[in-house]
Amino acid sequence: MSEHNYQPKSKFGKWFNDRLPLLTLANHLTDYPTPKNLNYWWTFGGILTFCLITQIITGLVLAMHYIAHADLAFSSVEHIMRDVNYGWLIRYIHANGASMFFLAVYIHIFRSLFYGSYKAPREIIWILGIMIYLLMMAAAFMGYVLPWGQMSFWGATVITNLFSAIPLVGESITTWLWGGYSVDNPTLTRFFTLHYLIPFLILGLVVLHIWALHVPGNNNPIGIDIKKPSKDTVSFHPYIVVKDLFALLLFLILFAFFVFYSPNVLGHADNYIEANPLVTPAHIVPEWYLLPFYAILRSIPDKLMGVIAMLSAILILAALPWLDTSKIRSAVFRPLYKQFYWILVLDVLILGYVGAMPAEGLYLLIARIGTAYYFAHFLIILPILGKVEKTLPLPMSISEPILGGSLNAEPARSKENSQKL
Amino acid sequence: MLKFVKYFSLIFFLISGNIVSSAENTEKLLTTDWTFKGPFGKFDRASLQRGYQVYQEVCASCHSLKYMSYRNLSEEGGPEFSVQEAKAIAANFEILDGPNPEGEMFTRPARLSDKFAMPYANEEEAKSANGGAYPPDMSVLVKARKGGADYVYSVLLGYEDPPVGMKLDDGVHYNKYMYGNKIKMPAPLSEGLVEYADGTSATEQQMAKDVVSFLMWTAEPHLEQRHKIGFRAIVYLIILSILVYFSMKKIWSRIETEI
Repeated sequence: MSEHNYQPKSKFGKWFNDRLPLLTLANHLTDYPTPKNLNYWWTFGGILTFCLITQIITGLVLAMHYIAHADLAFSSVEHIMRDVNYGWLIRYIHANGASMFFLAVYIHIFRSLFYGSYKAPREIIWILGIMIYLLMMAAAFMGYVLPWGQMSFWGATVITNLFSAIPLVGESITTWLWGGYSVDNPTLTRFFTLHYLIPFLILGLVVLHIWALHVPGNNNPIGIDIKKPSKDTVSFHPYIVVKDLFALLLFLILFAFFVFYSPNVLGHADNYIEANPLVTPAHIVPEWYLLPFYAILRSIPDKLMGVIAMLSAILILAALPWLDTSKIRSAVFRPLYKQFYWILVLDVLILGYVGAMPAEGLYLLIARIGTAYYFAHFLIILPILGKVEKTLPLPMSISEPILGGSLNAEPARSKENSQKL
Repeated sequence: MLKFVKYFSLIFFLISGNIVSSAENTEKLLTTDWTFKGPFGKFDRASLQRGYQVYQEVCASCHSLKYMSYRNLSEEGGPEFSVQEAKAIAANFEILDGPNPEGEMFTRPARLSDKFAMPYANEEEAKSANGGAYPPDMSVLVKARKGGADYVYSVLLGYEDPPVGMKLDDGVHYNKYMYGNKIKMPAPLSEGLVEYADGTSATEQQMAKDVVSFLMWTAEPHLEQRHKIGFRAIVYLIILSILVYFSMKKIWSRIETEI
């Protein structure tokens, strides 16, 4: 990396940079050597940064008009939708933005799982990512409560009630969270406060996430270590910037489609009914991005064990760098892992599907099998796979398979390449 | 690039398939040729004006529209009554105002800035007048029901004799499309119930279509603007993507690699 040698050209620049090396930082960010074979799955980091900033900006504007009070919240949202200039646009961007944020984060996480980006030396980046993901779920859940519709109220009731499963102190903790004996105005005001706070915590973690990334540098589709800078790398600007921008624009087209033509399809109709503590909706379902975990929660007959299973399903990811015993990062060179990877993707999608269904009969059975498989993947399959799997030979450098003609380094071809070596 | 697009769309459709399939299977809803559907959908002004008439003459005796103001009736993208017409409509209603300098509450004719007059003073009065059932506020009703406009339209036209063997309590009616098939509201529409000023014949289907279009507008008053801006935004994004794509190709051509 070149920052030690960097000298601003202008006299003022030099004077300023000696006192606060912001220009050195900017230079580091633009010159940052990036593997040149990154595919489009790597553009979601930039997309996620964009999502976070969009949520913060639209959220700030909404907070100027929203009223966090049980009697006024619902009508203040209608006020935003009707009377605030472009309020409908801001709110639909914010509401659909949450879904887009999760769509992007799931792709980002599963990209990491496929290419082994969580493995040494990138464990800290991965764990920071899991922390960001957890905070995102908390922020999204609390945000969904704020319009104070039926799903807001009952979703909040169901989720906060989970804490009552904790032995001995559960009831007291739930009362403390609610600020009373049921979900009510004190719950709404504290959720609003936390919903406002959490995005800035996420922002801080994102800075750490990127900082930690810039120490070892990006992983890449082949998953081998590369020399930086070298002929295998390109500078972040303009190469990666323009590619990220292109991917972001495609993502925005999808985003715009939801905001302008199906703004409510990802939400639940019941949330346009004002919260009523006396009427329980027929089905209480969380937002789509939480459904797999909801399925895991309901698949366990015991409440406490269900809560533990749901939390472990997320926290187990933090242990992933040590559960996966294979030294090879990319699934491209792991024929068996590649198959189990796609089974896991399918398993999570199935869990999401049954999470939206009533927990009974066949759905419950599928949820149980899905849950068992989810944990088996991390606790049994991955540790064993690393020991028994016969991996394909790795190429010497990124340039090899690229000169061989394939960016994505299909296993067969990279085998050829390495044999040529 | 192509491979990425392939997998991305596969995953996207799986997820969206998940969402769509999570909708329950119930009786297939009735539908009609809504003018507000689709990317260029707009409201039919005449239909919204007739719909307002149906709301006012039929629904308004029990159902409120508490988030609507009389000024909305003359605003762009709605029924677009003239300001004079909207003022005249407002003046038909008495609104409670006050207190005046003597501390008394008083009633006065409504102005454009007032919210729609409420049929009942409070929820309890509404319930006691309707056999214990609360007629829901209809401002966002269309968005608050799965199936949206089609669902409300179907319920309005879904009154039938109960199937043989089904016992209904007094004041409960059978409706083919209502959740649970039981509804406390008696069939609200009947042929010729309102007399349209523009000479349209007031069939049940026509009235249902007009009033549901009107309710779609009250639920989503900026729908037309949303469709219009959305089209421009997406065209803009597509053109910009193409430009950025070629810039990217040019920049990456400096080094020997695919993209």
